[in-house]
Amino acid sequence: MSAPETRSRPWALWVPLVVFGAFVALFVWGLARTKDDTVRSRLVGQALPAFDLPAAIAERPGLKTADLKDGKPRLLNVFASWCIPCAAEAPQLQKLAAAGVSIDGVAIRDRREDLGVFLARYGNPYARIAADDLGKLQIAIGSSGVPETYVIDGRGVIRYQHIGDITPDDVALILGKLKEAAQ
Amino acid sequence: MIAEFGLAALWLAAALALLQFGSGVAALRKGDSPLAALVRPVAVVQGALALLAFAALLLVFAETDLSVKLVALNSHSAKPMMYKIAGAWGNHEGSMLLWVTVMGLAGSFVAVVERRLPEPTMIATLLGQAFVSLGFYVFLLFASNPFERLNPVPPEGQGLNPLLQDPGLAFHPPTLYLGYVGLSIAFSFAVGALLTRQVGPAFARAMRPWVLGAWIFLTLGITAGSYWAYYELGWGGWWFWDPVENASLMPWLAATALLHSCSVLAARNALRAWTVMLGVVAFSMSMVGTFLVRSGILTSVHAFAVDPKRGTFILALLAIYIGGALALFAFRAATVTEGERFAVTSRESALVFNNVMLSGILGIVLMGTLYPLVTEAFGERVSVGPPYFNPMSAVFVVPMLIVLAVGPLLRWRRDSLSRLRMPMVVAGVVGLAALGLAIVLAPGKVLPIIGLALAPAVAVASLLPLRGRKLAQVKLPLWGMVIAHFGIAVALLGMAAEGAFTTERLVALRVGETTPVGPWQIRLARIEPVAGPNWTALEATLEASYAGGKPILTHPQARMFWAPVQNTAESALLTRWNGQLYTVLGDKADGDANGGRWQLRLWWKPLVTLIWLGGALIALGGLLALVGRVASDLRRLVASDKIAFRRVRQGR
Repeated sequence: MSAPETRSRPWALWVPLVVFGAFVALFVWGLARTKDDTVRSRLVGQALPAFDLPAAIAERPGLKTADLKDGKPRLLNVFASWCIPCAAEAPQLQKLAAAGVSIDGVAIRDRREDLGVFLARYGNPYARIAADDLGKLQIAIGSSGVPETYVIDGRGVIRYQHIGDITPDDVALILGKLKEAAQ
Repeated sequence: MIAEFGLAALWLAAALALLQFGSGVAALRKGDSPLAALVRPVAVVQGALALLAFAALLLVFAETDLSVKLVALNSHSAKPMMYKIAGAWGNHEGSMLLWVTVMGLAGSFVAVVERRLPEPTMIATLLGQAFVSLGFYVFLLFASNPFERLNPVPPEGQGLNPLLQDPGLAFHPPTLYLGYVGLSIAFSFAVGALLTRQVGPAFARAMRPWVLGAWIFLTLGITAGSYWAYYELGWGGWWFWDPVENASLMPWLAATALLHSCSVLAARNALRAWTVMLGVVAFSMSMVGTFLVRSGILTSVHAFAVDPKRGTFILALLAIYIGGALALFAFRAATVTEGERFAVTSRESALVFNNVMLSGILGIVLMGTLYPLVTEAFGERVSVGPPYFNPMSAVFVVPMLIVLAVGPLLRWRRDSLSRLRMPMVVAGVVGLAALGLAIVLAPGKVLPIIGLALAPAVAVASLLPLRGRKLAQVKLPLWGMVIAHFGIAVALLGMAAEGAFTTERLVALRVGETTPVGPWQIRLARIEPVAGPNWTALEATLEASYAGGKPILTHPQARMFWAPVQNTAESALLTRWNGQLYTVLGDKADGDANGGRWQLRLWWKPLVTLIWLGGALIALGGLLALVGRVASDLRRLVASDKIAFRRVRQGR
């Protein structure tokens, strides 16, 4: 649309229509595709990156890659005491822990005192809690916010990523994914 | 009852649009068809019926008739009356009805008033208008009936999105719509002219008031929308390059280009094919904009009426209208005879340059807006933001503004730059002085510095066309151009100053504590609960004192609406002549006990108000030009009537 007069080249008169056709094709494709707004980690189906993080509280040990390769599927829960949906999902994590699921936590940019208050108030379903003060592990596993929960199989491979808090309706889904990961 | 009445009026209007289209086609095929006489009156009645249907919708919203589905979904009996009325077009169905109503009324107006064009071109124009309306009638009647009933009748409505419960909403979307629809009339003129191959100055003069009108409303709509997003979303920004914002900017860019090429065609009979092309592009941009907003195809911060099914329908209309018009263009444009020639240094050249630059910006914005979609088609998910849009559009805006400073001083056909040495030196000196000052005041901020340097130069240059004229005799269109160009400079200064000098503070304050932001001292005096008609809120009282002056109270709120349930941050602004203090109350930072800290976001934005003042000036310039053009058209009409009357009386 940048050539004001196109007299000498009659074919140029068709250019706008062709360009417009391309736009319409793009729009048709855009409408036809299934829309998915969630930002998924590219690491689903891949092994966890190597890490070794210190303990976030005195009562639980820290977390390193080898801990997650003991042959048993487990949940890796990315959370923080300052995060309100994390408090909302706490009862569901308790329920999962009571059902025998082992859950490891990664506390993102947290303080020991705040974390203590949080766990005292909402319960502590975690076997280990790592302190990720700089968000390094969070970035390495492709998590874009808190809370997020990963299903890790016995070989340390990420099998599923759950974005946002685990609602009561999600518990069955998580259990199903754990069962898949066990096979 | 009222709803059924409205629906009946809508059906009748649709039937008349079909009649208008059919008789138009018949009249064009056979020159002396008696059906030709039908086209104008039918267009008038069609517009009146659409207006009746819209009035019926306003009435059911005003009395909150919850048996109408649209009312139940979008209104609530506890809402203030203004938002009940605004609710009529704050949703998809109602806004589409508003669209066809305005389009019908515009068509009636053209049918009654326009006498300059040859009758076949007029009939072809009204035929095009009926064809466009017909698509929207079909859309309304078959896919988005605003008058659908609900059984059983719900006890209460679901309310309106709280973000939209704001005086800005009452005027912003209809304003943009008036702009879009005005462009649809320009589109109809372009199609009419192509059908009868009558592209010339008369066509440009007939089309120009519509383009001007549309452009004024688009300018106002974008300005108001920008201000609405600025204070309502509470993010402190005035432009986010969001798809929905771009959707309103693109038609404006195309309309601005069309406006300028129209004046070349009207004055000099040049740029014929290009003007017709722009007429099609401008309306296609409004359709693309509507499509992007309604289909939800792109992720946007303010998608309020999203539905992919509607998207499909709008896309189909878009493909038929624009595809059809572009095909017609391809077939016919070669037979539109070439216009007048002009020299490289001439007003025409400056306007062509302006057109090319505006098209460039339009291309940049369009590509940036659609980029996420394009990349997704190739399996990536990437989005672009201000780091793309700002520098890329500056590449075109800067040369355009330089030509804007010089162009209005040039003569038509042929001129020499040496004649303009004095004004160019004056504007250049002002620009260089501003550049030096900007580099000192805002070191390292490239784009704001360019803006700060260009704005005064353009401001001075935009006034130069008045030099050496008796101001009392300057014609209104010239005043309009001067004021609009001056408005561009004012808005640019606001944008650049906001970018260069804004100070932002994100603080957590206890009640009684004080924090500085820019030249202000802000004290958090107290936090209290307050209640409105359909919300409750926590309201902070801030004592703001400017440079040690007397404290002024300001009240940002964190509002909780209860129908539907949603929290919004109501920012509070303090406006001074030299800028705005922008305050937002956030969440409680810590602790449930008394004496906890509250999050506050504070901005001091020097000269930010100039952005919208500039926008208003641009629109005012358009209005003056429109009044001037219409007045001289009317004078000509009256004069030719008198001549005809005398001829009849003298028996000639």
